[in-house]
Amino acid sequence: MVGRKSFLKRILIVDLPMLLVLAFTLGPYLWMLLTSLTAENRLFTEGPSLVGATLENYIRLFSTVGFLTNLIHSFIIAGGTVVVGLSLSVTAAYSFSRFSFRGKRYLLLQFLIINMFPVVLLILPLFVMMRVLGILDTHLALIIANATVAIPFSVWMMTSYMNGIPKSLDEAAMTDGCTRLGALWRVVLPLCTPGIIATGIYIFITAWNEYLYALTLGGRNVRPITVAIQTLIGEYEVEWGLLTSGGIVGAMPATILFLIVQKRLISGLTQGAVKG
Amino acid sequence: MLTMNEPADRLPGRAALARKVLPYALLSPAVLVTLAIVFFPMIQAAWMSLHDYILWKPKDFTFVGLKNFTAALQDEVFWISLRHTIIWIAVTIPAQLLLGLATALLLNQQFPWRPLARALIIIPWALPSVVIALMWVWIYDANYGILNEFMLRLGLIKASVPWLADPDTALYAIILTLTWQGFPFFAVMILAGLQSIPKSYYEAASLDGAGALRQFWHITLPGISGVLVTAVLLRTIWVANSIDVIYVMTGGGPGYATYTLPLYAFIKARTNLDFGYGSSLAVLFTLMLLGLVIVYLRRAGRSVN
Repeated sequence: MVGRKSFLKRILIVDLPMLLVLAFTLGPYLWMLLTSLTAENRLFTEGPSLVGATLENYIRLFSTVGFLTNLIHSFIIAGGTVVVGLSLSVTAAYSFSRFSFRGKRYLLLQFLIINMFPVVLLILPLFVMMRVLGILDTHLALIIANATVAIPFSVWMMTSYMNGIPKSLDEAAMTDGCTRLGALWRVVLPLCTPGIIATGIYIFITAWNEYLYALTLGGRNVRPITVAIQTLIGEYEVEWGLLTSGGIVGAMPATILFLIVQKRLISGLTQGAVKG
Repeated sequence: MLTMNEPADRLPGRAALARKVLPYALLSPAVLVTLAIVFFPMIQAAWMSLHDYILWKPKDFTFVGLKNFTAALQDEVFWISLRHTIIWIAVTIPAQLLLGLATALLLNQQFPWRPLARALIIIPWALPSVVIALMWVWIYDANYGILNEFMLRLGLIKASVPWLADPDTALYAIILTLTWQGFPFFAVMILAGLQSIPKSYYEAASLDGAGALRQFWHITLPGISGVLVTAVLLRTIWVANSIDVIYVMTGGGPGYATYTLPLYAFIKARTNLDFGYGSSLAVLFTLMLLGLVIVYLRRAGRSVN
């Protein structure tokens, strides 16, 4: 009897509130999904519904709006940002995690401070700079802009992952005749592969989702999905079926990646905060 | 101080020098690139803010000293935007925090579908802000939006409300959207903090006869206070900076009803192409944020050592 009573109590004070929170969290997303599956002409007469669900909006999205090109642009930009972000920060993270040297604290905090500056402060001078260099509206411009976020983040995350690998391992490798860089390449890097993958995926997601840089520094020739979705609002004032299907497709890659790595990512992200 | 087995000063000169230089050499790619794409542009922004600089008149780059800044302080829209920024932070952060705390406490309980709930709760975090903004514009739609229909059926309102077109509700409608987007971050951070509190504390407390409320007050809250402060600081900076959701949802309108300071700076530069004045607004806003950033860095600096 006691077991049954506590079971009911658990349902009331844990499961039910949790369901409410989840309804709030997922409701808007599911509503968007439902809208995207409803034919445009029925949307305003009957409202979104699963009865007579159709993929018509998705087909239109790719056949008439040319969403595929936008997806490719987004892939190039996000992929490029991952490569730049990771490659530049591997050696820096190794240096932070293995040596102590003059000015280390300030250099490390310098990387932390970058992401706290408002995007507006960077967007205006980057626009002017890229106009002078003639690289506005290219993939390179958006990769550089996204790297302003990716590099500091990646340095910070990789340092914390490398700190988790015992120093005695590199020292053992060096006694066996490896150089410093050899030890980094052959011992430390393979051991932090999971961390590197999680960091890379996080960079990919943020670059994929980025909007303001893409709008300001790209937008005409290079139009990633975030900008493409927003332009749908202007061109097709009330075509909510098309818009929401664009939203679902645009959010898909990032959402799936996020669900895959969420556990590792979150432990990395929260580590610093718990210690603080 | 090198983390090697043998002290550096006993090594021959060249090797010692190489050891000293190595950490900096390893750092140089990342540091040089961030100098070029972050710190140099920031200085340039500060420099632009001291000039009359309108993009379609590129030859007209005259030094005007602090003129843009004094103009900002006399600009009515600047003060409106500042007021909105304060409301924006003061409502969003507590809302995210409370909802996040409640969610974290729930996720910290034992129930069979906990892993699923934990994975699903962070979905808003992974969505592009454009998609989030768009999704909520559809929800708030005056004619076909589900929010109006929902509230009409419950009898909470008598007629459809144009949530985003009404200056009185627009800012709060966006705040609800941002709360939705940001509370999972709090939940996840606080959950990590909760899990770092040893179970034995609670066992000892219940042996002493402390009820759930007292346990929460005397064990849970002190245990997560560090995480709470860090999360609030990080989130305040982030929420203050975030303009993409507002920009897509209302573009600052109706009128100036949803202008925040960074959004005003962005619109000045993007629409009026007034980069001089836009930069000065961005610089002013950054200076205001700086206090928070310093407090955060102090805390982070402690954990670095």
